[in-house]
Amino acid sequence: MSSLTEPPAVAAAQPAPVTKDTYKGRIHPDWCPGCGDFSVLSALQAALFELGLKPHQTLIVSGIGCSSNLPGYMNTYGMHTLHGRSLAVATGAKLGNHELKVICTGGDGDGFGIGGNHFVHTMRRNVDLTYIVMDNQIYGLTTGQCSPTSIKGMITKSTPHGSVENPINPIPMAIVGGATYVARAFSGKQKHMVEMIKGAILHKGFSLVDVFSPCVTYNKDNTYQWFNPRIKILEEMGHDPTDMHKAIDRGYQWGEEIPIGLFWRRSELPSLEDQEPVLHTGEGPLAFRPLGLSQEQGKALIKELL
Amino acid sequence: MRTVDFAIGIGGENGQGIASTGDILARIFARRGLNLNAYNAYQSIIRGGHTFLTIRASDGPVRSMGDKIDVLIPLNQDAMDRHLKLLTAGACAIYDTEKVKPGTPAAGVQLCPIPMKELTKGNKLAANTAALGATLQLLGIESEPLEAVVTRQFKKKGESVVAENIAIARAGYDYAANNFKAFPFKVPKPGKGLGVITGNQATAMGGAAAGVKFYAAYPMSPATGVLMWMAQHARQLGIMVRQVEDEIGVMNMIIGAAHTGCRAMCATSGGGFALMSEAIGMAGMIETPIVCVDVQRAGPATGVPTKTEQGDLWQILGAGQGDFPRIIVAPACQIDLFKTIPELFNLCDKYQCPGLVLADLLISEGTSSINPDDLAFNVKIERGELILPNSNGASVKPGSGYNDNAYWRYKNTTSGISPRAVPGVPGHIYTAATDEHDEDGTLISDEFTNPHKRRMMVEKRARKMEAVVHDIAPPKLIGPESAQVTLVGWGSTEGVIREAVEKLAGEEGIVANQLPIKWIVPFHAAEITRILSRSKHVIMVENNYSGQFARYLRSEAGIAAHGHIRKYDGEPFMPHHIVNAVKEQLAGKTQLSVPVHEVLA
Repeated sequence: MSSLTEPPAVAAAQPAPVTKDTYKGRIHPDWCPGCGDFSVLSALQAALFELGLKPHQTLIVSGIGCSSNLPGYMNTYGMHTLHGRSLAVATGAKLGNHELKVICTGGDGDGFGIGGNHFVHTMRRNVDLTYIVMDNQIYGLTTGQCSPTSIKGMITKSTPHGSVENPINPIPMAIVGGATYVARAFSGKQKHMVEMIKGAILHKGFSLVDVFSPCVTYNKDNTYQWFNPRIKILEEMGHDPTDMHKAIDRGYQWGEEIPIGLFWRRSELPSLEDQEPVLHTGEGPLAFRPLGLSQEQGKALIKELL
Repeated sequence: MRTVDFAIGIGGENGQGIASTGDILARIFARRGLNLNAYNAYQSIIRGGHTFLTIRASDGPVRSMGDKIDVLIPLNQDAMDRHLKLLTAGACAIYDTEKVKPGTPAAGVQLCPIPMKELTKGNKLAANTAALGATLQLLGIESEPLEAVVTRQFKKKGESVVAENIAIARAGYDYAANNFKAFPFKVPKPGKGLGVITGNQATAMGGAAAGVKFYAAYPMSPATGVLMWMAQHARQLGIMVRQVEDEIGVMNMIIGAAHTGCRAMCATSGGGFALMSEAIGMAGMIETPIVCVDVQRAGPATGVPTKTEQGDLWQILGAGQGDFPRIIVAPACQIDLFKTIPELFNLCDKYQCPGLVLADLLISEGTSSINPDDLAFNVKIERGELILPNSNGASVKPGSGYNDNAYWRYKNTTSGISPRAVPGVPGHIYTAATDEHDEDGTLISDEFTNPHKRRMMVEKRARKMEAVVHDIAPPKLIGPESAQVTLVGWGSTEGVIREAVEKLAGEEGIVANQLPIKWIVPFHAAEITRILSRSKHVIMVENNYSGQFARYLRSEAGIAAHGHIRKYDGEPFMPHHIVNAVKEQLAGKTQLSVPVHEVLA
């Protein structure tokens, strides 16, 4: 049995200069070599560095799945929660301490399958969260079953004769669902992804960045080679992200040309936190306020019972 | 000294204003200083069906709805047909001459027909008010308190409605004075006015007193009252209240809020609790304190949404996969709910684990009088080894906020309790993971699945529970130690068992004592064994079919009860149910009694 040990002593040295590496966690990712998630991790670290976010004021919340291991690879506060539940946990955390930057990460099964209900309701609430989905259109951690974004006809271990179900398209779904920043990125275009993530983090309200993050082990259909010639960048196509109908049309585009970039953004809507007076009393985050009631508050409550 | 002890039963359809009539009566009695208990047997429909509200009041202690009705107010024929036969000599029935035909009552029962149409000038909604006036007159209560409470009740509807209702109440009062025979007693005014509280209100107020800053719920009977109170008081008290898409979301959301340092709470019933199970395991694994109240109703599945049961014990005991520390408590009554919630929060903060409350419809929707002095809002607040950034917690350790690896969130301490920093604290960065993790939070599966570390972490979490039992009160035997029979109950049955014990002594000459058990986990097994091993005859009383607590008592204390009294028809025990069952069991007729609920036969 391990003995009761002490954490290593840390010399009270000058803090090291902040670099992109500052945001790297202690642990090296255990993803398969070539996994698209490496690119997402790196883009997220770059985005946090470029925005100058403080690691201790950033909370990354994930669910379960290969991509949900991401918080452990970051040097920020993290929560590695249950399968599908990251958005619910993150909403609670954001409301508990609305001064935190809260970013959710996960996969397509986690977010659109088991977590679908929370996805829909978190969007309509317009909670100020950034949700980065590493969408590989397959269940990786369970070794290759059909996912909610697997294309129709895809042969997987759970659909040996090809999937007969229609996939979810997260982009139009998010646009009509009430998300106020809806973007798509591709692991093969990391610089572009950094910009999408930065925009999402700066956006006030619910932002989705759905990332094509190829699974090199279990998805032999939607590979880097498959995506590369098809990917078109919306910002280079003159797309107007304030036009909802065009955004939906672009979101449905699939086949020879698949757009990535910012589909949809509206900035005039208040976030959930903006609308909750309880958070705007000047007392800071709920989590750090003194507990208990004053004598006057207690008296008023008792009076209601008489 | 108990000089009066009477009960009023109001029966009719949902939508006939029975609940508000009951509220008015309860308030009048409480304001006089009488103790009371009100229980509404109702159905899960908004209009129609059959509802029967019992309000019992006395200048002595009132711990249950009692056994008898003194004033029956049947608002329709169905209520008259069902309940008149239960009235005994001295009781009366007040009803609308035109609407309800009485049938034949027992000898000595006074029928009090009132020409409602005449008294209310045709206002059908006000018949209840006239009946209230008549009731108070028969009980020897002046009409002024009724006028005051009617004013309070109808204030929002405008002066003319208030004036009309006061006039109708007075007409009912005067009609009774001229036509009926009052009770031989006059209801006294024993002193200081009391308040009226439901268990759900008490639960919510206990949360507010404990410093709950985050409350989330999905509406579910019979727990919705907590959400309604919280929503109503959220802004006034600075509580974030959210109605969430489902109970899975509820539990995950309060864990998120609790993880940042808030005291966070939710309430639900068994079905909602079932959905929360996996996340309760998360709270255990990442060692985040939360409080969840299960207001039990009759199950399984949707079951009987408006009926009471103690059927969720094993669900709560086993909620969530795997082994993890949890604290489970079953408060006995409304004031106990109020006092228990802050105590449980202190324990959960100290031991960093989920706290689960087993309430039930009987006490949570049930109403009780309450002495305002008992509602102490200045409760003790202890947060344990919590590290907040603004020195609001136990300690503050400075750090640069960058690459500080000196803090281990899940440090393997001798107590098992590891100092808990929350996001936002510089220099304490970690990831809280539901995967098994090392002391610093690193997933054990990230290096290789290390059996030694896994064992160490399981034991670290489990070790926390060793100390909890010393922080909670052991159960106490009530009554003479040499009694012929010991009645063991848990949670909400404490009051009715107490009254049954009094009745056994007073009316049957049977000396009984009782052992009410409140803390379920951890369990004071040694003390309970010590007490029960001296008992001559142990009878377990519980509101379920299979004897869930009897089974738990066997598993934890190795004690098998001699007999069982169980009720699983959706209605709570009445004192005579227990009295009769004890008699038959002591006479050797049976070891299992299942009392019949005559009131709604």
